[in-house]
Amino acid sequence: MSSIAVSTTINGDDVEYLCQPDETLLDVLRNRLGLTGAKEGCGTGDCGACSVVVDGRLVCSCLVLGAEAEGRSIETIEGMADGSELHPLQRQFIEHAALQCGICTPGFLVAAKALLEQNPNPTETEIRFWLAGNLCRCTGYDKIVRAVQAAAAEMRGEPA
Amino acid sequence: MRYERPQTIEDAAALLAGPEAKSFVLAGGTDLLVRMQNDAFEADLIVDIKAIDGMDAIAETDDGFVIGAAVPCAALAEHASLTAAWPGVVEGANLIGSTQVQGRCTMVGNLCNASPAADSVPALVAADARVRIVGPAGRREASVLEIPTGPGKTSLAKGEVIEALVLPKRAAGSGDAYLRFIPRTEMDIAVVGVGVNLTVDEAGTVTSARVALGAVAATVLLVQEAADALVGSTLDDAALQALAAACSAAATPIDDKRGTVAFRKHVAGVLARRAAQAAYDRAGGK
Amino acid sequence: MSLDTTLQDKAFKSVGTRPTRPDGVDKVTGRARYGADFNMPGQLVARVLRSPHAHARIKSIDTSKAEALKGVKAVITSADLPDLSNGDEGLFATLDNCMARDTAKYDGHAVAAVAAIDEKTATAAMKLIEVDYEILPHVVDVDAAMAPDAPLLYDTVFTSGIEPAPTTPSNVANRAELGHGDVEAGFAAADVTVERSYKTEQTHQGYIEPHACVASCNPDGTAELWVCTQGHFVYRQKCAELLGLEVSKLRVTSSEIGGGFGGKTHVWAEPVALALSRKANRPVKLVMSREEVFRASGPTSATSIDVKIGATRDGRITAASATLRYTNGPYADMWAELGAMTAFACYDLEHVKTVGYEVLVNRPKVAAYRAPSAPMAAFAVESAVDELAAKIGMDAVEFRIKNAASEGTRSSYGPVYGPIGIGPTLQAAKDHPHMNAPLGPNQGRGMACGFWFNFGGQTCSDLNINADGTVTLAVGTVDVGGSRASLSLVAAEELGIDYQDVKAVIADTATLGYNDMTDGSRGTFSSSMATISAARNAIQIMRERAATMWDIPVEDVYWEDGHAHAAGQNHGNRAPLSVKEIAAEAGNTGGPIAGHSELVADGAGVSFATHICDIEVDPETGSSRVVRYTVIQDAGKAVHPSYVEGQYQGGATQGIGWALNEEYIYGADGRLQNPGFLDYRIPVCSDLPMIDTQILEIPNPNHPYGVRGVGETSIVPPLAAVANAVSNAVGVRMSHIPISPPRILAALADAQDG
Repeated sequence: MSSIAVSTTINGDDVEYLCQPDETLLDVLRNRLGLTGAKEGCGTGDCGACSVVVDGRLVCSCLVLGAEAEGRSIETIEGMADGSELHPLQRQFIEHAALQCGICTPGFLVAAKALLEQNPNPTETEIRFWLAGNLCRCTGYDKIVRAVQAAAAEMRGEPA
Repeated sequence: MRYERPQTIEDAAALLAGPEAKSFVLAGGTDLLVRMQNDAFEADLIVDIKAIDGMDAIAETDDGFVIGAAVPCAALAEHASLTAAWPGVVEGANLIGSTQVQGRCTMVGNLCNASPAADSVPALVAADARVRIVGPAGRREASVLEIPTGPGKTSLAKGEVIEALVLPKRAAGSGDAYLRFIPRTEMDIAVVGVGVNLTVDEAGTVTSARVALGAVAATVLLVQEAADALVGSTLDDAALQALAAACSAAATPIDDKRGTVAFRKHVAGVLARRAAQAAYDRAGGK
Repeated sequence: MSLDTTLQDKAFKSVGTRPTRPDGVDKVTGRARYGADFNMPGQLVARVLRSPHAHARIKSIDTSKAEALKGVKAVITSADLPDLSNGDEGLFATLDNCMARDTAKYDGHAVAAVAAIDEKTATAAMKLIEVDYEILPHVVDVDAAMAPDAPLLYDTVFTSGIEPAPTTPSNVANRAELGHGDVEAGFAAADVTVERSYKTEQTHQGYIEPHACVASCNPDGTAELWVCTQGHFVYRQKCAELLGLEVSKLRVTSSEIGGGFGGKTHVWAEPVALALSRKANRPVKLVMSREEVFRASGPTSATSIDVKIGATRDGRITAASATLRYTNGPYADMWAELGAMTAFACYDLEHVKTVGYEVLVNRPKVAAYRAPSAPMAAFAVESAVDELAAKIGMDAVEFRIKNAASEGTRSSYGPVYGPIGIGPTLQAAKDHPHMNAPLGPNQGRGMACGFWFNFGGQTCSDLNINADGTVTLAVGTVDVGGSRASLSLVAAEELGIDYQDVKAVIADTATLGYNDMTDGSRGTFSSSMATISAARNAIQIMRERAATMWDIPVEDVYWEDGHAHAAGQNHGNRAPLSVKEIAAEAGNTGGPIAGHSELVADGAGVSFATHICDIEVDPETGSSRVVRYTVIQDAGKAVHPSYVEGQYQGGATQGIGWALNEEYIYGADGRLQNPGFLDYRIPVCSDLPMIDTQILEIPNPNHPYGVRGVGETSIVPPLAAVANAVSNAVGVRMSHIPISPPRILAALADAQDG
């Protein structure tokens, strides 16, 4: 099986890589590009720990082939902060103790950012259903939902 | 294994008709890539159809809605007139997997994966949706109901690939709905699914109906007795009870890790009542 | 260390605040390195071949085709992990579980492993290994395994703990009995009794991070292991014993850990990775798939429990007994005994007896899961207590208050309690607005109590005062949920400096003395004790250094608010010396300043909780939803309240999942049907409401600040709280966990028929 050459954009940067035809985007990110922020919790799209955004759509990178990234634009957790400036979601997750072990955190952040970009003022129910594909075993989700609410309010410019 | 990304549907069909024994179409990949995780999975060829023009488009035509085979389910809900015309079809499709899966999964993929529990299929069958197929012998159309022939099996011949789904034009006073039962609120495979599509006249009498059940047989079931229970009624209690009884009777489920026979048969009736009520309300019945 | 009563009235400055955690930025930017995020030069990839059979004799294994495949660097079987257990049954069980020897004992049991240049090659090689199995009869159900005609896992197991000893082998490894008084006399004095049998299904810890490690063995006998674990010192010890390595030559570094809940306290893959590395003479990375995690790691016991409780009409329990049967997997442990110890721990009982049976079955080796064995026992007992209260017409909370244990009560498992929180949590529940809020249609409310022992154990930490006056705290208990923040708070509190000036790190096994693992809710409890001790040692040194700087006797130097102060009139108006000023002079006053501590953290302080749960049930489908949930628990002293709340919420949620949907489902062939997050249904975000918490602080007399462990107790009450809520909602007693929709509908149908 010969490798496929792929040209793509990751977090705004042009990136080229070779991958096997059956290699997932998650494996490419983690093993070929050193972007280990996306985690493999299940490999079957059931946990959301590998969430990334491809051409504006939230997806599980374990359910995308590396070869499919050709010509597309990919956003990962590594591109979420603006230099040393954390995204409001990242900051609110820390301030609200919305993580314990933290393994699910990158996936939650990428997913929550996608939500707030299309719905700046989600209800608690909307947040919970949007994030239902991101499993967290530590927190019971309470502080995660509150952190998303706080970040949404901050991004809308409302006082804390 | 080879990965190919053809530019035309004919090229896709030609690739699939080639000598490789194990060829797979890749659209959203949310089933295919899960299967690929299994050590026992083997593939010779994967044909990614997303580079083909029109595959990701929803078009409103004289026939109704033509939905490309690679349209992710998340895009369906973003299409206002489709959602207005076929809310049940859209809600069924939008129940497949998580937000992440919605960003990739397709109704055609859901159909061709041929799981008895496929969430988008009962509503499509209730809607009498059709598929446009391209293959070595040219083009043909088929009803959605004809595609799955058993768990994991379809009626598509080697080299055939579905290009698009077609949802018919809507008559006035029509509504559809899809309900499923899952143990959690999200992320589960349907234990029972019910799609109801009906049309009412100005008096609120049901003039036509189609009722389809998922996850209660080897393939999706179109239950004529259930439709008969609705037609001519104003969805009174007796009609709903008859509908529920027809659905419970039609269901031939199995005991498995997701539910029992008794549970599935009972819940098929319950959900049929509720879905019929939702479809009726959407149709403007009162 | 005992409670520092001078702190009773002291306002804590750092402890009890909620600063951001030191590892926060790493974890929100994706930079934190977990088990699978680490690589070594020349690293190979490992795959493990697992038995597809529940029970099978391994007649032969042919690895020749796998070894011949290009790119394969090592193939191992049990022959490459020789038995060095020397009669240690526990160690042998661990070894046999890591790699089956003559018999595969469950679906997923490892039988061979390969290391190759990449995953594809390793997988291809794995498929080339030929195992000749002779399939044996299997048993997975706890009650079936105890039946006289059950297939036996061993013909060498004769139940211990029974006099006279049985003469026929069985699957029951041990019988343990606990209690005091005369239960028959107690039941005779009862006006009302409740007697019922319960079952709970097997669950998994469900951590999101699969087990992962990188092992590197060198020809000189040294080795390194990078691994996600709850206890790297324990892993070092076990791996060294299993592989015949010198402890000093195996250096284990704990990665960030993506959840453990007890499941990362046992070695599985690590000895295999080390053995592969030893054979291949290259580093080996081994990452379990999710399917492997479910089939071959964890899980908790499935149980079958009988409970009998009697009470007088005025609400006083006269006697209580329980028989508890717990699956152990194929290896005997003390899971039922733990259940038997915890079952009635909440109550003040004159006559109590519990009997636990350790049952061997063809399922994975049971591992600790958060307050192991207690949730199932609490489910059975708290269900019966609810039923009994209803039977005598008493409020469920009042009934429990009337029978709750308190200081001086002799517990059902032996010890006499000190100051404890069961009464206060019950009183808080009674007073909580949740308890009196109206319920909607088809809703029911349940409440239940829970207990956990907590653990202290061996602990070692170093506290280094850096040249700039900041502090590096090195601890050896893995941070599973924010303990680096809590321990930094404790160091800051004790030294009198800012939290921001303390940085806590988890030291590897080569750079710190032995620590027991982060289990038994001991992480913050024990390491805070060691941190306090180390800080006090450092303060002593800083007082000495200040005395040197001032040229006065050390007795005349005291420590307050982060400064050395000169005492008395003789020393004039010397300005206090800060940590920073003392540290800056360290090179001239005796060298680096550090405080060390090595201790056994005795007196962990038992922990109690009361939970309240509202559930809405759809009577037509059996679907249920938790609509409101409140956790009330004694923390002793909450060091970082946000992370204490997080433990309460997380434990409650795991318990809710266990109660409603989670279970291992086996086919008739003994194979696990649902080894994935699709059909092993842990709660998702949309399943839950916010989880309210109330932290009570009844100081632990054995900790300077009064801290108790908080991590585990929160999973104990939910099974019963949910079961009581559903039972109240539908009017039928639910006695089989999980209370899945089909079980609810079936119970409703039975009630209608009956």
